[in-house]
Amino acid sequence: MPISAGDTAFIIICTALVMLMTPGVGLFYGGMVRRKNLISMIAMSFVSFAIVSIQWVTVGYTLSFGSDIAGFIGGLDHLFLNGVGMDGDGIPDMLFMVFQLAFAGVTLAILTSGVAGRIKLSSFMVLGVLWTTLVYDPLAHWAWGGGWAHSLGALDFAGGTVVHISSGFGALALALVIGNRVGFGKYSMEAENVPITLLGGAMLWFGWFAFNAGSALAADGLAVNALVVTNISAASGAITWMLASWIKGKPSSLGLISGAVAGLVAITPGSGFVGPMAAIFIGGSAGLLCYSALLFRVRKGLDESLDAWAVHGVGGFWGAIATGIFATAAIGGVNGLLYGNPGQFVIQLVDASVAAIYAFGMTYILAKLVDKIMGLRVTEEEEYVGLDISQHGESTIA
Amino acid sequence: MVNPQLHEVTKMKQVTAIIRPEKLEEVKTALEDRGYFPMTISEVKGRGAQKGICIQYRGSQIKVDTIPKVEIYMVVNDEDVRPITDTIRKSARTGKFGDGKIFVSPIEEVIGIRTDE
Repeated sequence: MPISAGDTAFIIICTALVMLMTPGVGLFYGGMVRRKNLISMIAMSFVSFAIVSIQWVTVGYTLSFGSDIAGFIGGLDHLFLNGVGMDGDGIPDMLFMVFQLAFAGVTLAILTSGVAGRIKLSSFMVLGVLWTTLVYDPLAHWAWGGGWAHSLGALDFAGGTVVHISSGFGALALALVIGNRVGFGKYSMEAENVPITLLGGAMLWFGWFAFNAGSALAADGLAVNALVVTNISAASGAITWMLASWIKGKPSSLGLISGAVAGLVAITPGSGFVGPMAAIFIGGSAGLLCYSALLFRVRKGLDESLDAWAVHGVGGFWGAIATGIFATAAIGGVNGLLYGNPGQFVIQLVDASVAAIYAFGMTYILAKLVDKIMGLRVTEEEEYVGLDISQHGESTIA
Repeated sequence: MVNPQLHEVTKMKQVTAIIRPEKLEEVKTALEDRGYFPMTISEVKGRGAQKGICIQYRGSQIKVDTIPKVEIYMVVNDEDVRPITDTIRKSARTGKFGDGKIFVSPIEEVIGIRTDE
């Protein structure tokens, strides 16, 4: 297939919009921490994008999209972008590569949730390279690069398992290894800058249109379907989470935006397979499920600080299963449970479970390893004065 | 001019406590439990005898010489001073450097803005 000007223009724009989601995650998380860690949260997102950019063009892309080895990982045929050029199938190979780079970058940024306000920047950088190489890249290969999940027929349109289950369950493992913040459960650690979180949420909602629609890899009807269901699911999640928190108190804007993100996460794997009415249900139930997961996490006294597990892990898991329920051949060529194909539901369940277990286990091992070699955590005094000052020598507190 | 007789009339003291910001909720609750509600709170920065915190970062020393604190300002009857300072001490204490200080000083005059007292 020759290069299409329309598709190429569309995916270039989508790549730029998805890039904006990474600082979006930083702002989204930054507003939820105490002010002494605000710069640190935003900076870690930029750091994620920078290190993954280099990792991806050197080894990451080939490990994800190189020729398949045993269904597990890609070969080294595209090492250092060897053979990734300006020609391609509809869009240039190089454009596909950089579009995927933006996904890998934002995924590492989501992982920072589990270590907010207590990780050493240097350790995060080392962990980030290892994590992207050994967790993200295999998962991307499984789903999109011809790995076992791909061969099995598992559906993941835009990264429900690759991006969200991986970072959500990874963040949970990371939080368990690094431990709770000092004073967690004793002192108030409420969000100190909600408007910044709302701004980050706005960037995510906006960028997600490109994230899901761009995953069609063409400027076509499927991309439009993805964009439409993405917005519906976000809106539905925002409403249900807000209503649920209303019952327990005030309808917080933090709940509203968290619900929107939960809806966005849940529709991600199915955005090219399900229709608009299914999206209302998928997003709405994601809002309630993720909110319950958050309450469960708090009850357990676990400091997975900014709820990547509750929102991305649980939301991504639900999204993968929901794709197996609501997929319809009229949209993406595959039927789910509701359209008489229970096999797809089972495949989705297996794929999501294996991804969750692998992401959790591998992240746990990597975190332990980095902790042993260089220590994951800052000293108690550094944590007390905040990572802005202790890691960056900067401060937002005048 | 200060009216010297007022010292005998007011019988009130000003209690100013500088505490750790993360202890504010605990201190507020402890004071509330004993019936002491009125207070003014400010976010302040400062340093004590330890001259702030020194942290080691990549081999070099970084000095954080002023640390965020919360100042609680209360004007109370003489007989309440001791119970209040005891309550603050108990609830704001961690035992480490930087727990803060409490200052007590006399009040000359109290004028309500809404009421005419």
